[in-house]
Amino acid sequence: MGLQHFIAERKQSKDILVMAHVVCGYPSFEENLQELEIMAEAGVDLVELQFPFSEPSADGPLFVHANEQSLKSGTTVEQCFEFMQLVSARFPFKVLMMGYYNTAFKMGEAAFVKRVKDAGGVGYILPDLPIEESPELHRLSEEAGIEPIILMTPTSSDKRLAKLGAVSRGLVYVVARKGVTGSKTQMGDDVLALIERCREHTDVPLGVGFGISTKEDIDVLRGHADIAIVGTAALKTWEQGGAPALREFFAELMA
Amino acid sequence: MDIFDFSEGREGYYGEYGGVFLPEILQATIEELLECFRECKADPKFWQDYVALLQNYSGRPTPITHLENLSRTLGGAQIYVKRDDLNHTGSHKINNVMGQGLLCQRLGKSKVIAETGAGQHGFATATMAAKFGFDCKIYMGAVDVARQRPNVFWMENLGAEVIAVEDGQKTLKDAVNECMRDWVTNMADTHYILGTACGPHPFPEMVSWFQSIIGLEAREQMLKQAGRLPDRVYACVGGGSNAMGIFQGFMNDDNVELIGSEGGGHGVGSYMHSSRLAYDDATVGVAQGYKTYFLQNDEGNMNETHSVAAGLDYIGVNPIFAHLHDQGKVRFEAATDVEVKEALKLTMRTEGLIPALESTHAFVTAIKEAPTMGKDQIILINQSGRGDKDIFTIADALDDAKWKSFIGGKADQYRGEKN
Ligand SMILES: Cc1ncc(COP(=O)(O)O)c(C=O)c1O
Repeated sequence: MGLQHFIAERKQSKDILVMAHVVCGYPSFEENLQELEIMAEAGVDLVELQFPFSEPSADGPLFVHANEQSLKSGTTVEQCFEFMQLVSARFPFKVLMMGYYNTAFKMGEAAFVKRVKDAGGVGYILPDLPIEESPELHRLSEEAGIEPIILMTPTSSDKRLAKLGAVSRGLVYVVARKGVTGSKTQMGDDVLALIERCREHTDVPLGVGFGISTKEDIDVLRGHADIAIVGTAALKTWEQGGAPALREFFAELMA
Repeated sequence: MDIFDFSEGREGYYGEYGGVFLPEILQATIEELLECFRECKADPKFWQDYVALLQNYSGRPTPITHLENLSRTLGGAQIYVKRDDLNHTGSHKINNVMGQGLLCQRLGKSKVIAETGAGQHGFATATMAAKFGFDCKIYMGAVDVARQRPNVFWMENLGAEVIAVEDGQKTLKDAVNECMRDWVTNMADTHYILGTACGPHPFPEMVSWFQSIIGLEAREQMLKQAGRLPDRVYACVGGGSNAMGIFQGFMNDDNVELIGSEGGGHGVGSYMHSSRLAYDDATVGVAQGYKTYFLQNDEGNMNETHSVAAGLDYIGVNPIFAHLHDQGKVRFEAATDVEVKEALKLTMRTEGLIPALESTHAFVTAIKEAPTMGKDQIILINQSGRGDKDIFTIADALDDAKWKSFIGGKADQYRGEKN
């Protein structure tokens, strides 16, 4: 089942879906599994598995630290794919690869697409790969039936959004604000106006991320976006309070 | 050959290298920058203003010096040196910075950010920001802050905020990442003054353009002073801006050989070096906004790098050089830390010149090759910076007892003042 179809199906019983995020191998793969158990229990619909990279220049301090520590403890790309396979087989949510383009470039684009597909991934998010540089990767992905997730941002002009919209597939990741991952976003009219602008340029579902941390944030998006994307807030919660805190976090978030 | 004529290839690409690999949020910013740069490059008045500014503020044109003693000692080619160390703030970095300062005024932005390794680029940026009235933030790896305190001192006293970057390897590449993070947040009023000919298009072209003033001057000066063009031109290569600068003066002279000298660190096979092209350890990858040769592992994560010269201690090389290397247009060699210390001593004693540790890498390769050349042959070295800033590192390397006792005395004095 394709990503877009999966989203449509899930949306029949919910008015907004949730996509969560873990950094592979941080704090450890065992703890990643515990986090994912909790996310599955709470009914999370999609999960990004971030493959750690040594130069995570689009990430904020918490994820930078997570990338660095994961690599320090020896995490390899191969392990991440094996983990992806395990996770996509075990849980009902769909899994996306998230990372930086060099990971795909170094293994070769065709091999990358094949590995994501074989590991049960439905797509990938490579935030440092602009559409100008990805026609071949997009073609390979279409052949394999996985989705390259495109980002739309508050600094994108209408002309740019039209260009992005034309090649969007699966879902579009709407970046709620400028900056890196991590800090809080004021969810308000600006974000809603951005969603509306993006909607004009694509028919695929819209996921909104960057700085979403509470049920109130999600309530603002309800009826406007299809998916709320939660990243840093969950990791922060795990670091501060472990499994019980994370269980409570998702229970409240998705109440 | 015009390497910046993209009419037949892809804009911003040099062979298969270069490009723009940035988050979508920066797309509009980089487009705005490219547009502004194209306007500046097409406007003769912009270049005139740029040259006048460097003449009045930085002492350009910098001279070339014939090193008669060193040439005689080595017994081969006649050695000439382009003296970019005589610039205000002590290196070629000011050329690019003044150019981007003028461009930043055109962009109408009020804040500048910059990464720095040796501190020379940060120092130059802080100086320019003070003169032009920009708010200035300098990101510098914590390791570099520790080894380049004199430049940090000047940056802060010039009014810049210096932020020590504690991520990753805590050197130049990590400072670049931190600049990117600042830029994706503050691009509306902030221009990122990248310090070398790396990063996403148009930075490699833009920085090379500003630095081309070195080669323009040098070519004319050689014809006038030596009576002909040099047979070989040597420059050190960190990101590659000073080398691009001087090489551009001779790019179309087929009889002039161009040689880049990289940070050989502990030598070939040590994996503790910064030689992307001279050694075989680097492979093609994409990071920090562009595609080039990086010192990285099989999975695309960057390796640790090392050079005694902080300004050469970097994972990637400018994409133009990756291409010119493929084409055989520029030859790349490496100078090890040990060789650099020896060449520095020789240059100081025979000529009274104190090149920066970075620039000394070019001297090492030239000094190795000069004796194998004829007395009627001529070589030109780019002295990109002066070594004063490296006094702590050099004093350590030379194990200078009097210096150590002086620093010990100073430390006692400061401790006494605190009590
Ligand atoms: C004096 C000097 N030379 C050379 C470099 C290396 O940079 P590039 O290769 O861009 O000239 C630096 C960098 O900090 C420097 O300070």
